[in-house]
Amino acid sequence: MANFYTDNKDLRFHLTHPLMEKIVRLKEMDYRDRDHYDYAPHDFEDAMDNYEKVLEIIGAICADVIAPNAEDVDHEGPQIVDGRVRYARGTQENHEALTRAGVIGMNFPRRFDGLNFPMVPYVMAAELVSRADAGFANIWGLQDCGETILEFASEDIREEFLPRFNKGATAAMDLTEPDAGSDLQAVQLKAHYNEEKGTWMLNGVKRFITNGDAEISLVLARSEEGTTDGRGLSLFVYDKSEGAVKVRRIENKMGIKGSPTCELVFRNAPAKLIGERRMGLIKYVMSLMNGARLGVGAQSVGIAQAAYEEAARYASQRKQFGKTIDQFPAIYEMLTLMRVRVEAMRSLLYETARFVDIYKAWSFIATERPLTKEEREDMKTYTRLADIFTPMVKLISSEWCNIIAYDALQVHGGAGFIKDFPVERLYRDARITSIYEGTSQLQVVAAIRGVTTGGYLAQIREYEKRDVRPELEHLRRRLVTLTDDFEKRVAAVVSAGNNELTDFHSRRMVEMAANIIMGYLLLHDTQRDSGYASSAELFTSVAVSENNMRSGYIAGFEEKELGLFKVS
Amino acid sequence: MNGLKIVVLAKQVPDTRNVGPDAMKADGTVNRSVLPAIFNPEDLNALEQALRLKEMYPGTTVTVLTMGPGRAAEIIREGLYRGADDGVLLTDRAFAGSDTLATSYALALAVRKLAPDLVIGGRQAIDGDTAQVGPQVAEKLGWPQVTYAEEMHFEKEKLIIRRRLERGVETVSSPLPLVVTVNGTAPACRYRHARLVMRYKYARTDTELQTESSDYIAGSRPSVKITEWGIDAIGADPEQLGLSGSPTKVKEIDNVILQAKEARHLTASDKDIESLVKELLESHTIG
Repeated sequence: MANFYTDNKDLRFHLTHPLMEKIVRLKEMDYRDRDHYDYAPHDFEDAMDNYEKVLEIIGAICADVIAPNAEDVDHEGPQIVDGRVRYARGTQENHEALTRAGVIGMNFPRRFDGLNFPMVPYVMAAELVSRADAGFANIWGLQDCGETILEFASEDIREEFLPRFNKGATAAMDLTEPDAGSDLQAVQLKAHYNEEKGTWMLNGVKRFITNGDAEISLVLARSEEGTTDGRGLSLFVYDKSEGAVKVRRIENKMGIKGSPTCELVFRNAPAKLIGERRMGLIKYVMSLMNGARLGVGAQSVGIAQAAYEEAARYASQRKQFGKTIDQFPAIYEMLTLMRVRVEAMRSLLYETARFVDIYKAWSFIATERPLTKEEREDMKTYTRLADIFTPMVKLISSEWCNIIAYDALQVHGGAGFIKDFPVERLYRDARITSIYEGTSQLQVVAAIRGVTTGGYLAQIREYEKRDVRPELEHLRRRLVTLTDDFEKRVAAVVSAGNNELTDFHSRRMVEMAANIIMGYLLLHDTQRDSGYASSAELFTSVAVSENNMRSGYIAGFEEKELGLFKVS
Repeated sequence: MNGLKIVVLAKQVPDTRNVGPDAMKADGTVNRSVLPAIFNPEDLNALEQALRLKEMYPGTTVTVLTMGPGRAAEIIREGLYRGADDGVLLTDRAFAGSDTLATSYALALAVRKLAPDLVIGGRQAIDGDTAQVGPQVAEKLGWPQVTYAEEMHFEKEKLIIRRRLERGVETVSSPLPLVVTVNGTAPACRYRHARLVMRYKYARTDTELQTESSDYIAGSRPSVKITEWGIDAIGADPEQLGLSGSPTKVKEIDNVILQAKEARHLTASDKDIESLVKELLESHTIG
């Protein structure tokens, strides 16, 4: 039986990372649920076995249901019927299969009918679903909204909404508007408190809302009259059964066509306030977006994996000049680089997911008891790491997934340009990943703090200290040299004291850090499995050449050139 | 319709769908050690039908009944993962070597003891391909039987069953109790359910518990127990079981090697086609 989890040994490798012992213990709070729920794990091995068994279910559904439906869903797409979204038939089937398997609400606590899984297996599930159908992955991934409800909403709201996820309720995050895209501070959708009815009412328009007709919607709205910035915005939860939101339009998109992108009209839509007023954007949406960015990271890795597989299969079958085309250096270089990049971005993805897991687990524990000083320190460390790694993983994996999809189509030659092969859909689906949930340019804005405050550098120096196999010591030396050069370039840029210059070079510097980090991650992967040695070797060589190019550009750049770039 | 008591007959079989060169031993018997043991495919279709009835008629319970060696407990667990309520493993040395007659004798006794309203099984198993066990169980129980089922529901007190036949579809009705065998064209079985897998992965028979050290589970989760019945539990006569109870004897096995001897070219004319059809009818290749 085909299975997207068991057919890729990389996944089990990352699932069984040594840090999981700590993650699972924190997440399960020393396995206390075992006496209350007959499906809760009683120890670490039991929990890990659960993750694998559930990922096997999802892997089977991906291979037998979601992937085979992807082509039809891409052609059929969703429709508007009487102001409501009707999914493509395949989308309905996919969602029903996952719902019936009881896997939705994967990381909610058990008392809300969740499985209480950590982020690592949850992100892995997102990767699997994305490999099967990147558009459908959005509908899967929006269960993240439940995390926001769990973290910030009152107990009443949690009880009302969270158990519905496992029964198949879908979700949406209604943030953007016609004039508020990247700049969410400009949100205008109005929330006013109706004293008579004792409820908040929403009025206005939202645009580009993924899965906009979901059962449960988180809505960012202006609750403070007369305000114009982010501090006047609050977050609300809206229940579709109120029937006060109409879908005015579904966008006709280039890719991820199965995922309905809606324009919504709110008319006196009753909604419940999440957490505190004025904290909507500055606290809750920031947290929501971080989850969504990790989700796009997973989506990108999934698409990249699918594109690589299509290219490798095609190249192993297509014959020209008397041999299969994967025997030519021009093709095998592309194929191998795709594979190495997928492995590198996957290592970065799960490293980030582990950081997120630890800080989230601590913050959850902190709601029940005060943390000790050491625990608070640990939480702080991992929060910082998650903060700087999340935009990096979104930036790198979305950009690379586009490069990989581009090359995968190229390997197909003319056949790739024709809609008969899946690679054409993958190429279109990939394109959105570097745009939504914050464009690559905005990820750089978020990530640059990790460069200027030395956060990446500190973590890289930490990686530097770890053991490596003696035969791979030369790779560490190359990475140390790259790190020294990175440190020098960053210092030179920052010490110029020109913020615009720092901004100008920011992407280059973030990418340099990312290359070094992924180099180390692959190198450390070889400690547990020597099979990664060739990837570590190849990746490091490419990283050296790419970083040298960036470093050389920064070194030779003169501040006055900045003026030449400016658009008057 | 009130809740029903349903028994699903399921068999653990070697996966003969993807056989390699060593799938058969030199003597022509199946080499079970190289083929993975799986839930017989049409029994999964049967389980799905039972689970659908359970969803349609609240209060319905589904019990998986299987006969086999100790490792066949895996079939019960698989049923539990997908939504069955419990299971019974019929296992005894005396069952070894049973043919379809002896097997249906034992199954019928177990069904009688479970006293269900409805028994659902797959049409046939992929190891023997006899399609005899379901009907024989019905005969021994003296219950009506409906074969080749694809879909079923209740109208008043009768079960309405759609049957897939060679040349079409037939809808029949029957009172309970009843034995139904399900065709592979029926809807595929649902996937495992996450929570059920986590709950029932420790479901064990007493025999398994004796050989495994899982103290925690045995101590704190006694509910996840798989019932084991031997011949005494069902009151079976040993003479009617195993080799002594099995009149079917495999006399000889031939390896059939299909080879094309000659090719014939026909034109697309009506005359040529008609003569081919006639020839195939005469040789009983078709018809």
